[in-house]
Amino acid sequence: MAEEQIIHLHDRTPGVRHEEPTADFLTYTAGLVFAIALTAVSFVVAQTNLLWGPGVAMGLIVLAIAQIGVHLVFFLHMGTGPDHTNNIIALAFGMMIVFLVLTGSVWIMWHLNDNMMPMSPGMH
Amino acid sequence: MSIATLDFASTEAAIGRGGGGPAPTRIVVAYGFWIFLLSDIILFSGLFAAYAVLQDNAAGGPTGRELFSFKTVFIETMALLVSSYTCGLAALSMERARADLFYVFSALTFALGAVFLGIEISEFAGMVGEGAGPSKSAFLSSFFTLVGTHGAHVTSGLLWLVYMVAQVAVKGFRPNVRQRILCFSLFWHALDIVWVGVFTLVYLIGGR
Repeated sequence: MAEEQIIHLHDRTPGVRHEEPTADFLTYTAGLVFAIALTAVSFVVAQTNLLWGPGVAMGLIVLAIAQIGVHLVFFLHMGTGPDHTNNIIALAFGMMIVFLVLTGSVWIMWHLNDNMMPMSPGMH
Repeated sequence: MSIATLDFASTEAAIGRGGGGPAPTRIVVAYGFWIFLLSDIILFSGLFAAYAVLQDNAAGGPTGRELFSFKTVFIETMALLVSSYTCGLAALSMERARADLFYVFSALTFALGAVFLGIEISEFAGMVGEGAGPSKSAFLSSFFTLVGTHGAHVTSGLLWLVYMVAQVAVKGFRPNVRQRILCFSLFWHALDIVWVGVFTLVYLIGGR
């Protein structure tokens, strides 16, 4: 067995890499460049007519999800290897709850708003 | 095949499946902190949901379009993003046992975090001064709760950072101090992830 494999015997902690320090520095820097680029594109898309009007909100959400992915991979060093299994399972469960809370609330409440009787200005 | 190799093979098969005996403290602590961060993000998801539901209920008061300044939010976002980067470099300096670099990057992280917080506080003060405080409308209540909770997290992060720098100065890079610094850097990165959601949903989509 190669010596380097023995180092990876244990599960990995989130936020820690076990490669060369220079690679770490480059990872953080690449993450910063990607994140700044995605942020800048988000602000440009929100203020211009680059995207078709009704699609801007969806485009911004996609950009935000991409940027969160960049943060997870480059800053929190989430990976796909077997030593990351526990971290990824916990993350997936957390994201499922977030998704249920957000879409569930929005879905129910927007339908509720649509079904309310129209209020005249004098009604309270 | 030697016994050692056999042993290695069985341990390798157990990675990520709970077998192979208890994990080292370093891994248990960071994993527990990771679970805490995910639960914290679930807390924010409730506040995001409240904002998404209430954002149109301005009750005749000012809307997001009238209140938000893209320029201010962009500076805020960049300050927090770069502070996340310098925080990563501080953790890296710790792994290389470079106390001098750790102090420099921690100071930069603190300064950028303080810039973020200062801009947010002046934004809040300006809004309250214009009569657009949290009691004005459901939209503003949910806005101040969501953004204010994030700001409270940043504030506690700044206090934690001061505390960690003091611990390194007094105790050096001991194993338990190193664990705390790694937990802090996870916390700070998680705050930046939450801010991506805030600036997109609240400021960019709500301010268009």
